[in-house]
Amino acid sequence: MIKINKRNSTKQIILNLFFTVICALIAYPFVLMVMASITPENELALSGYKLIPKAFSLEAYRYVLSDPMAVLNGYKVTAITSVATMVLSVLCMAATAYPLARSGFKGKKFVSFYLFFTMLFSGGLVPSYILITQYLKLTDTYWVHILPSLMNVWYIFMMRTFMQDIPGEIFESAEIDGASEFLIFFRIVIPLAKPVMATIALFMFLGKWNDWMTSMLYINDQNLISLQYLLQRVLKEIQLVLQNQNYVSNVDLTTLPSETARMAMAIIVAGPALFVFPFFQKYFVKGLTVGSVKG
Amino acid sequence: MEKKKRGKPILSKNLQLWMLCIIPLLQIFIFAYIPMGGLVIAFKDYNYSKGIFGSDWVGFDNFSVFLKSADFIRTTWNTLYMNFLFIIFGTVAALLVAILLFSIKSRNATKVYQTTMIMPYFLSWVVVSYMAYAILHPSYGVLNGILASFGLEKVDWYSKPDAWPAILTVCYIWKHVGMDSIIYYAALMGVDSSLYEAADLDGANAVQKTFYVTLPTISGLIIIMTILKIGGIMRADFGLFYQISRDAGALYSKTDVIDTYIFRTMRVIGDMGLSSAVGFMQSVVGCILVIVTNGIVSKIDSEKSLF
Repeated sequence: MIKINKRNSTKQIILNLFFTVICALIAYPFVLMVMASITPENELALSGYKLIPKAFSLEAYRYVLSDPMAVLNGYKVTAITSVATMVLSVLCMAATAYPLARSGFKGKKFVSFYLFFTMLFSGGLVPSYILITQYLKLTDTYWVHILPSLMNVWYIFMMRTFMQDIPGEIFESAEIDGASEFLIFFRIVIPLAKPVMATIALFMFLGKWNDWMTSMLYINDQNLISLQYLLQRVLKEIQLVLQNQNYVSNVDLTTLPSETARMAMAIIVAGPALFVFPFFQKYFVKGLTVGSVKG
Repeated sequence: MEKKKRGKPILSKNLQLWMLCIIPLLQIFIFAYIPMGGLVIAFKDYNYSKGIFGSDWVGFDNFSVFLKSADFIRTTWNTLYMNFLFIIFGTVAALLVAILLFSIKSRNATKVYQTTMIMPYFLSWVVVSYMAYAILHPSYGVLNGILASFGLEKVDWYSKPDAWPAILTVCYIWKHVGMDSIIYYAALMGVDSSLYEAADLDGANAVQKTFYVTLPTISGLIIIMTILKIGGIMRADFGLFYQISRDAGALYSKTDVIDTYIFRTMRVIGDMGLSSAVGFMQSVVGCILVIVTNGIVSKIDSEKSLF
């Protein structure tokens, strides 16, 4: 007996060691980025990206934040569009899912297929691009961040599956009491479907928070680009966050942080999200294991 | 009161339900169905000033231009090959993590590992491209630092296409392994523990238990997940290929996939007709693949199929 326990505990130690190594490898790029962002530029130029830098400096952050307007504006655009997308999309998707889950809705078959077909076939990038830019004229508006990505058929079916499990008697008794469908939807369905709605809301929020494609395609106005797209452009041209000429003029140009400033920028963009999202991990996980979402 | 209770509502129940979902459905009509109609562009020589309807018809010219070009073979091959690598290595990694994580007894430790491994999932490909840049930078990068410390020559990774299938696969696994393993982990929690007890009594060791108990019981799920992924094999993750490779032209021979090609043809070259023709083909083949693979899945386990 003792022998088995001993072997088991060695096995556990090996397993734990294995996962510690894996987790270290997974966290490594992020730690590297943080460390690079607090390395003096000349040190980095000398010895490259290092996990443990020989010297310490906050120059890169001072440099990037010397003119914080671009970053702050990116945060503003991303926050507004993420919240708006989250609220509107969850409401719209729930309003579509409820009739599909409600017994006695004539048109269930049609709507199901209507939604489902978009999962099978899509017009692709070019027709959408021409529609949005030439016909709807949504270029350089907040709407283009929000409207095209409002509906996700996969999530609608997920909600419908969840709502189907709400006992039909609840709806029927409300109906007998004279409640309209709108009242049932807002007062009964939404409160009961909160768990699945919270999960999907988080996915929508995360999706929009990490969106750079929309800005790349449809935004020319510097004041309307999202945080991620700002970051994407900074990788190529660090000057973007540096419209502040005062800083440049009184600093030796050779010590101008460029590599470290890029990393500082990435931390400023990714950091807050990375600290917030893990708290909602269990909702994300729920979304993955919510089960069958048959159409 | 009496009247309200007995009388029929002004709007029938059916109409009310339609009113609830009509605006959302309209959104889908505008942003999903109208672009499908816009696919006529694939048969036209699109000209901004003439618009969709005014542009000249060119029949299947756009299709034949693409099918005859070297781009067709390259992008299609890269898309299929890279997705194949992602499916194989991604599934193996996720399974391995799930099975090993399941053998860990400490609940708290499991939670810490899981949270850490899921972390990358929350980052956008843009942020990941910064990390890749810090590692792959030609003169300051970590990878070249390691090579140099062994006395090897530094490599300019952003102009060495042969290394990229491996680099992209590592990036893919790094970002997805945590989330992907959760599905298998959840399935493992559902495996009947008496099976393991029986195996213990027969004197099976951990490896034997994995191969004769664990894998057979979740094989259905593995097969289904894989088949579903094969259904999407024509579509590449645009962010992965575009951001991580930093859209470096020198890497196109290995990193240019159908989705990046469509984007570039539209945005950089500006050939709307060609670009939408490629998108059209991708959509049609993708649609057929989903229907076929779904048919297979529903034969195995109708619960797991999409329709």
